[in-house]
Amino acid sequence: MSNDGILRGSFFMDGDTACAEGAICAGCRFFGGYPITPATEIAERMARRLPQVGGTYIQMEDEIASIAAVLGASWGGARSMTATSGPGFSLMMENLGLGIITETPCVLVNVQRAGPSTGMPTLVGQGDMMQARWGSHGPYEIIAIAPSSPQELFDLTIRAFNLAEKYRTPVLVMTDEAVGHMTERVVIPPLDEIEHYPRRKPQAPPNDGYLPYQPDPDGVPPMACAGDGYRIHVTGLTHNEKGYPATVSVEAQHKLVERLIRKIRDNRDDIIELHEDQVEDAEIVVVAYGISARTAARPVRLAREMGLKVGLLKLVTVWPFAEDRIRDLATKVRAFVVPEINMGQMALEVERSAEGQAQTIPVPHAGGGLHDPGEVLEAIKRAMGS
Amino acid sequence: MAEELTNVLISEHHPMDSLLRQDRLPHIWCSGCGLGTVLTCFVSALQKLELDLDKVVVVSGIGCTGRAAGYLNLDGFHTTHGRAIPFATGLKLANPELKVVVISGDGDLMAIGGNHFIHAARRNMDLTVLCVNNFNYGMTSGQVGPTTPTNARTSTSPYGNTEHPFNVPYLAAATGAAYVARWTALHVRRLERSIMEAMQKRGFSVIEVISPCPTYYGRWNKMGDTLEQMRYYHEQSVIRHWTDPAQADIDLGGEIIVGRFVDIDKPTFSDLQREADQ
Amino acid sequence: MKLWRKPLDLDRVVVPQGEIHLVLDRCKGCQLCVTYCPRDVLEMSNLFNAKGYHPPQVRYAGRCVACGLCSMLCPEFAIYVLEASRE
Repeated sequence: MSNDGILRGSFFMDGDTACAEGAICAGCRFFGGYPITPATEIAERMARRLPQVGGTYIQMEDEIASIAAVLGASWGGARSMTATSGPGFSLMMENLGLGIITETPCVLVNVQRAGPSTGMPTLVGQGDMMQARWGSHGPYEIIAIAPSSPQELFDLTIRAFNLAEKYRTPVLVMTDEAVGHMTERVVIPPLDEIEHYPRRKPQAPPNDGYLPYQPDPDGVPPMACAGDGYRIHVTGLTHNEKGYPATVSVEAQHKLVERLIRKIRDNRDDIIELHEDQVEDAEIVVVAYGISARTAARPVRLAREMGLKVGLLKLVTVWPFAEDRIRDLATKVRAFVVPEINMGQMALEVERSAEGQAQTIPVPHAGGGLHDPGEVLEAIKRAMGS
Repeated sequence: MAEELTNVLISEHHPMDSLLRQDRLPHIWCSGCGLGTVLTCFVSALQKLELDLDKVVVVSGIGCTGRAAGYLNLDGFHTTHGRAIPFATGLKLANPELKVVVISGDGDLMAIGGNHFIHAARRNMDLTVLCVNNFNYGMTSGQVGPTTPTNARTSTSPYGNTEHPFNVPYLAAATGAAYVARWTALHVRRLERSIMEAMQKRGFSVIEVISPCPTYYGRWNKMGDTLEQMRYYHEQSVIRHWTDPAQADIDLGGEIIVGRFVDIDKPTFSDLQREADQ
Repeated sequence: MKLWRKPLDLDRVVVPQGEIHLVLDRCKGCQLCVTYCPRDVLEMSNLFNAKGYHPPQVRYAGRCVACGLCSMLCPEFAIYVLEASRE
């Protein structure tokens, strides 16, 4: 470790630790959290490391307070994050909505475990994927990323912070217990090789016409923080460009919601990241994310060895969903096979996007373990046979 | 028409306007609501304190009092129900130069926000909390709340409240607040002074302000309109500084003990963190 | 002002004189200023402001000593008092 407290080099690190280190490299200097298996290690790492880099760790009294503090810290000018699992994720939903409507950059890590409810705290699940999209009330878009290794958890946490600042939105890192508790090699490059998207500040000085919610051409307003002298008003109520409540103006609601949604949808080419393997000539494409993208590698290889033309499409970005790519692929492939550790969530998106041009075969798993490669291979063979 | 008012000069502006969002006045609060008076005392205190107003931040919750942030020309955050205090915690920890004031109501701070209140007090977070207590949930039309006195009638206690209320100063003191005071909306000068003391105090400062609700609580409990409720405060409030807050319960129509109850020095959350990091 | 004895510094103490100012359309007619003025300077008028409320007016000009209580109590930022300049 060098004097500034930032790590660099090659490490043997578990996913949770890598996530924390990624956050620190990204400039995160505030963590407000609450212990929950299997995300506790992120909190513990941040509690130890943040004071070493001049940041603040606070363990709040519950997850609701955690996300509220994270939003407040962001408005105080800090890059801030929290980490939780299913039960805490559910608690954070209301304030996630506050973060979305106030356009507060922050990162929320969900190390998913088997649910519903208390479920299987120490075992893997991927059952919160639809909740990531629709968990808070009201209409909105969200950005969610799914790493499938500790190295990716490091890299994608950094990406999450950058996307959060670029699009002024909370960003979800939807990892899972398998990745979070897996120990692998993580390479941490020097800071100057790490992309850092700085917070977009207003150009004009105070009292010179800056409106807190007047967007730049890309739909994102520059963000003045508390103490910058702009005397901003920020509210969870539907608001106009001044930030003032406009609770009975249908026009204001329409304008605001439309902009919040387009801010992300219209920029999906920049936001969506996919890893494709052998998809070019595939007749069957396995669509997977998180740990399931790794467990799918073996059935895909076995299928290829059997002479079946199978490819793997890994969703690195889960939301916004890569519907354009799926829609395009659907005209070329016979079927999509979607293994996930839930009873069919992203499979619904695949099916929707395929628009009937290709079959979608979900391979569900109630949780607590990983897919048996044979199971996924069977689904691929079934897809071929039909 | 203005000429018909005798001996009065008509103005477009008020001396406090530089601290107000004039384009949003008159505010939405009812005629006679004590909130405007509380804000006046707050603004007056700020003017006297000569702080860097760019660094004063107001965080409010949901409810009538929650609208306070929207009328002040300061960095203001109107957050979710009950969560003003943890939001304010994040703000303060990210930028310790900020002077963060939470202005919220009895329901927001004591019911849904109760847990956050007690933990922030326990941590002695360097925040000032103005808890405006009108004994009910006003914005949603007068439901029972955690500070509603026993036997009081509200829209969700039509047969009389069957619960015991919180005593806000007692709760604040017991959970570790460094400064605790209570005033009514009638005690304007003393409230102003308490606000000044609380803002200069390092640590968790709580000022409970008893405020009239002419539209719901007052009307349904035969306490009359604002003038009558203020008269009740005048007659039934007694200034007794340093009272043990445990003795300061408010019964329906009963005595209201006001004053400064707690003013102690203890390390704040940030003081202790700094020590530990050494 | 009725005094039961003459203060020794009566010739040096100047009792301030106040001028009442109204931001007319903010007033909501709550009557707090009228009720709590310690000098009974104000009374309610019959005028309607733009919002339909009756604002106060000065009944006894000259009695106001610019104590500012009306201004502090007013919930609407609608009334304030300035010390009248004495020539």
